[in-house]
Amino acid sequence: MNRSLKSLAASVVLLAFTSAAQAAIPIQHWTHASGARVYLVPSPSIPMLDVQINVDGGSRRDRALQAGLASATAGLLLAEVAAQPGQPALDENQLGEAWADLGAQFGASASGDRFSVSLRTLTEPDLLRDAVALAARQLAAPAWPERIWQRDRERTIAALVEAENRPGTHAARAFDAAVYGSHPYGFDTLPATLNAISVADMRDFYRRHMAACRAQVSLVGAIDRAQADRIVDQFMTAIAPNGCVALPLVAQVAPLTAAVDRRIPFNAAQAQVQIGQPGFVRSDPDFFPLIVGNHILGGGGFTSRLTSEVREKRGLSYSVYSYFAPGLHAGAFQIGLTTRPDQADQAVAVAREVLQRFVREGPTEAELQAAKDNLVNGFALRIDSNRKLLDNVANIAWNGLPLNYLDDWTERVQRVSLADIQRAFSRVLQPERMATVVVGGRP
Amino acid sequence: MKRHTPPSPRRLATVLAFVLVCGTAVLAPAHAAGTIASPAAEAAPLVGTAPLAQRFTLSNGMTLIVRPDRRAPTVAHMLWVRVGSMDEVSGTSGVAHVLEHMLFKGTPSLAPGEFSRRMAALGARENAFTSREATAYHQQLPSNQLEAVMRLEADRFANNQWADDEFVREMAVVKEERRQRTEESPRARMFEAFSAMSFQAHPYRRPIIGWMSDLDAMTPQDVRDFYRRWYMPSNAAVVIAGDVDVAQVRALAEKIYGPIPARAAPARKPQDEPVQTGPRRMEYRALVDQALVVLGYKAPRWTGGDAPSDQDALALTVLSAVLDGYSGARLDRALVQGLPGQRIADSAGASYGLMGRGPQQFLLTAVPAAGVTPAAAEAALKAELQRVARDGIGPAELKRVITQWTAGEVYQLDSVFNQARELGSYWINGMGIDTGDKLMARLRTVTPAQVQSVAQRYFSDEQLTTAVLVPDPSKRPAVAPDRPRPALGRH
Repeated sequence: MNRSLKSLAASVVLLAFTSAAQAAIPIQHWTHASGARVYLVPSPSIPMLDVQINVDGGSRRDRALQAGLASATAGLLLAEVAAQPGQPALDENQLGEAWADLGAQFGASASGDRFSVSLRTLTEPDLLRDAVALAARQLAAPAWPERIWQRDRERTIAALVEAENRPGTHAARAFDAAVYGSHPYGFDTLPATLNAISVADMRDFYRRHMAACRAQVSLVGAIDRAQADRIVDQFMTAIAPNGCVALPLVAQVAPLTAAVDRRIPFNAAQAQVQIGQPGFVRSDPDFFPLIVGNHILGGGGFTSRLTSEVREKRGLSYSVYSYFAPGLHAGAFQIGLTTRPDQADQAVAVAREVLQRFVREGPTEAELQAAKDNLVNGFALRIDSNRKLLDNVANIAWNGLPLNYLDDWTERVQRVSLADIQRAFSRVLQPERMATVVVGGRP
Repeated sequence: MKRHTPPSPRRLATVLAFVLVCGTAVLAPAHAAGTIASPAAEAAPLVGTAPLAQRFTLSNGMTLIVRPDRRAPTVAHMLWVRVGSMDEVSGTSGVAHVLEHMLFKGTPSLAPGEFSRRMAALGARENAFTSREATAYHQQLPSNQLEAVMRLEADRFANNQWADDEFVREMAVVKEERRQRTEESPRARMFEAFSAMSFQAHPYRRPIIGWMSDLDAMTPQDVRDFYRRWYMPSNAAVVIAGDVDVAQVRALAEKIYGPIPARAAPARKPQDEPVQTGPRRMEYRALVDQALVVLGYKAPRWTGGDAPSDQDALALTVLSAVLDGYSGARLDRALVQGLPGQRIADSAGASYGLMGRGPQQFLLTAVPAAGVTPAAAEAALKAELQRVARDGIGPAELKRVITQWTAGEVYQLDSVFNQARELGSYWINGMGIDTGDKLMARLRTVTPAQVQSVAQRYFSDEQLTTAVLVPDPSKRPAVAPDRPRPALGRH
């Protein structure tokens, strides 16, 4: 490890963002020649850099018969690097050692909407140069080794089979099926779907989706604009051969037309309870009333209504929560809890009652004020590390939010009224038409 | 998702059961939705610089540790009590963790739940956890609210008070927590039994959450007695990291925590673990499809001193990283990748506690691949140890491990909370604020020969406890799950 690491003591510089006159996060933004959109937040005080590349290539792009394709592609992308002119191939161990010797981390993953590639590296010049070059090779020339896919598929299938022994697996499957129907958000990765995925399928998936013209690159760390430019250029050059293939539209999630009730017998120490329906898309104009409202209902932890009624007053559950998952499509709204099997019916009744009352009457003024206090006063905790800055920037990029989104954030929370929450929740949630899944309950 | 990640320094202090994302060596929080607290990171302030942390003793014997970091206007504030499950007595296991829950249930000036409501209103994120050796209460907050947070924490530390019916309700919650973490998980149950076999005299043998029978039998007085016995200033440390001025924080701490009356901490019984003189072996039969093999070897503890066993402890840490510190490390390569057509394991790992108030173990684990017996997986794990004992390790491997740790030191600076947590855990172990720096410096003195030597000396069967989680089809319930099980793929 280079001695210059030891001089980092001298480089402590304040991240200047406390002045009211400045942006909450000063984001520099430009478009690369390839069409990739770049977002940079210089953060000089620690000699490290985080880069995240996001493209449209999440699991919503899977086919039902090949559920798990996006994730499998992300996994195998990392495995090995093929030979390139002047550069030898790197097998999985050479690659593992190379990353370890740089003290850097390279990763890839797929969520419902996004295919993400990430790099974390030190910014000492030689290490930065080599880490970026190696990341570019991984992007440009993944080897897609058949034998590694065989191995990883076996391991994954063994884990899936094992997961069938857990009640949570059955709860999630039944809930997703009930809420999403045939929408890709509800696709179930199974041994059969993994067996239908070939290396050629993954190569093809990667080429189609990892397109520079659609890429969003977020960078947070001890670099300047010129360095960011060079890094983005290397990465986009690496994926230039993928071209810019148009992607088909994905349908929206259909609302539920009737209530669904699934009670699945299972021998377990706890019953799993999940209640929900499709929620809202990220671009919904009522985004703030909905998240503030959910904070009160069951997202705000210890001070939420669900925790108060289910855990504090009745001792029914250790964990109980509600969440929305807004994405490009209406991800699920879900209330979830686990409880002793003989208490499942009671827990369902309490959760339903809390939800119905909340949708009908909304929160109290005191609850709304408490939620605002928490969200507004705690704002600094959302941006006080490079990791958090990166997540925020990537979120702004992905959702097409204005660059000054975080400057207005606390104000928009403050503006939420009781009427806003009631209107939004009544529009988005229909408690009488929700899916209820209970696994392992005992009457 | 596969990931090329460094064995960040947290691996240095990974405690039993973090290896396979199963049992808990640290119980999370009074009110997480089922999340397990992350392992304490071990990296220290900037290498080669003067320590940025400072340590004081308040007038009542309470310790104060402060580490300024002015990057952002936020602070991590923690109150650590040097009491954990290892300080309990048989029959009331789990009481340290129950008390942690009850700390949220009121004081003479706060109704139950009011503490959390006030913290939330200040914009703080707060929680707590209990481990074998410590109980810690923590908040992350905007720096302009530090005084209010300190007052709330000091009040409940000194004046915890609640009615019996609060206890009754919260015991139901704690039992749900045990069901969720342990009863529900065959691997967690196996690790619980494994601990009880590994340690016969030492209280590490007991689960942090407590045996269910002890939870059923717990009384409010048990909890109040435990609180009175262990929660005094001389047994606690306040750790503050973030946007603070040291002198101001010290004055504030003296004003707010200082008045808490001093009391002598009780004497602790050593409960030394007798030397193990022969292998122990157990099976845990359960409704699983995958077996799991755990090998636990008794190992020395790093005390920060200069004894030969201290250097051995450091060499064992290096060994665990050589075996399992990065993608393609030895266990990965030999067992998971294996030779073509001959995979031994779906996953394999090594971990070693390094530090703790009690005796340490070096763990090797493996999930056998389909068609492979636990015995074959065991043999493969031992073969890797024997290989190091016989042939040593290369200088490139050692350098790689040190590189990863050094890089991890830098990345670790990004989290003020992790820095506070690390400083607290050093204090719990009776070590100083410069421990992180010292540890990194000492690790750099480990040689390949030392790693080979510990591989030769610490892995005989005499020191070994083996647990095997055995798939037992007879445990399948009469009531079948709703859907047919998916067919297994064949290659």
